[in-house]
Amino acid sequence: MSLLEINDLSHNFGGLRAVSDFSLEVREGELVGLIGPNGAGKTTIFNLITGVFKVGQGQIKFQGEDITRWRSHRISSAGIARTFQNIRLFKELSVLDNVRLGAYARHAYSLLDAVGRSRNFRQEEERQRQRADSLLARFNLSRYADTPARNLPYGEQRRVEMARALISGPRLLLLDEPAAGMNQSEAQELIRLILEIKEEFSLTVILIEHQMRVVQNLCQWVKVLDFGETIASGPPQEMQSHPKVLEAYLGKDGALAGEESGNVA
Amino acid sequence: MLQILGQNVLNALQLGSVYALIALGYTMVYGILTLINFAHGDIFMVGAYLSLAAAAFLLGLPLGLPLVVVFVGAMVFSMLLTALLGVTIERLAYRPLRQAPRVSAVITALGVGLFLENFTLGLLGPEPRHFPSLITMGVWEVAGLTITPLQVLIILGAAVLMVLLDLLVGHTLLGMAMRAISYNRPIVPLMGVSVDRVISLTFAIGSAIAAAGGLLYGLAYPVLDPYMGIRIGWWAFIAAVVGGIGNIRGAMLGGFILGAVEIFTPMVLPSSTYRDFVAFSLLLLLLVFKPTGLLGRPVFERV
Repeated sequence: MSLLEINDLSHNFGGLRAVSDFSLEVREGELVGLIGPNGAGKTTIFNLITGVFKVGQGQIKFQGEDITRWRSHRISSAGIARTFQNIRLFKELSVLDNVRLGAYARHAYSLLDAVGRSRNFRQEEERQRQRADSLLARFNLSRYADTPARNLPYGEQRRVEMARALISGPRLLLLDEPAAGMNQSEAQELIRLILEIKEEFSLTVILIEHQMRVVQNLCQWVKVLDFGETIASGPPQEMQSHPKVLEAYLGKDGALAGEESGNVA
Repeated sequence: MLQILGQNVLNALQLGSVYALIALGYTMVYGILTLINFAHGDIFMVGAYLSLAAAAFLLGLPLGLPLVVVFVGAMVFSMLLTALLGVTIERLAYRPLRQAPRVSAVITALGVGLFLENFTLGLLGPEPRHFPSLITMGVWEVAGLTITPLQVLIILGAAVLMVLLDLLVGHTLLGMAMRAISYNRPIVPLMGVSVDRVISLTFAIGSAIAAAGGLLYGLAYPVLDPYMGIRIGWWAFIAAVVGGIGNIRGAMLGGFILGAVEIFTPMVLPSSTYRDFVAFSLLLLLLVFKPTGLLGRPVFERV
């Protein structure tokens, strides 16, 4: 069955049409790519799915439920987690606390429990701390647990974001340019990591990415956007030579198409 | 001389505890909403009156309740009701203005304060009310100092509340969510955190602590009037700014500094009427030389 179903989604910023009649159906276990030039509306779509922006037009269904008007915290609790194009960690909080906060909705105790430090509270905190610890270990971040997030190298910060997204136990993971700023070997490493966690946590993944190498190695199929419009969709290999895609990236005459096609998207 | 000094240190600690408790409310709300809740002093006043009402009611019962029970009963009652008041004020007056310019919310806060003052005035009349004395034990003489059980109760009670709050903010997930909101509000909901709920809880906790402050204040300075929240609210606000607004430990520190200013001013200057002058001068100097307050973190504007 389809895990996520988006129908005719549109969004405007002032007079600018950022997303126009976007539809998408993602089945359980798929790894789908969203590509397109800068300003094509990809991140806007993530923001609409996660409730950061209010949906004006269109419908979003997750696990058969209409979540179009839900607020962010409810959508997140329902099982959609994401990372950000520009890393958005709580820079002053420790790495461990960043990850623990991702599990906020899963903590089962009341304010009174917390103030009174009841048994229930201590057990639950302990259980969640262990979950966070094991996730940090999984992402090779254990030694940074008590370090403020701002002090970590860039690549590590990206992994913290991923760990934070995963601790809530999501069904659907939205990755916004996870390979941004990475060199080839780092990107290779990332591809392996994404494939591994996808299996381990039985995830469905939607990926926004500019590095074609990453898209080709990961995605079963992709959707290409340009100025908010969906211009093509299909397997990543076919997209590279799709005339509309080349036009979107390289301009109408496609003068550079021959030599640059390896770097498209 | 040393004895007078020691005695005044005690007095400063006692008064400072109350200021610190109220300053916490200003600083918590500012930390999470960057809003100065100018009604907070009046929330404290309502808390004091609610404590008085509960204490008078419990003392009036023909049960001969022990004073400890009356004290605890008054505290629980006023903390719960004042928490509810704080949550209601946020829900009705501040939340609709969340996206409005900051100045609208500040003016609204002043308006809420005026409302609380005049509502109390209308309800109870302008005559000051006397707070029943709940701590009747004698005094202790320690090393030439006179210590009253009330003083000990106020200082210890305030300390317990501050430690609890510090633990809550520093070590629980709720506290983590509060800090997260003050650092990077837009992404907090994406962690599954309901920001509205955290804000409501912040108002509840801040108001309940102010109510506890109101009860302790009423015991120490047992005359209540509807305008008492103005001056004390201002002083607690200065305390929060001096300590570094948004910083919980800063508010505690600022509270004790302001308590000391109030107690020691008449020792140095000819009259206690100079205390406001000294307090505001301190505030101005600090804002010139360390605008973030003693423990505040610097804020960098993103360009």
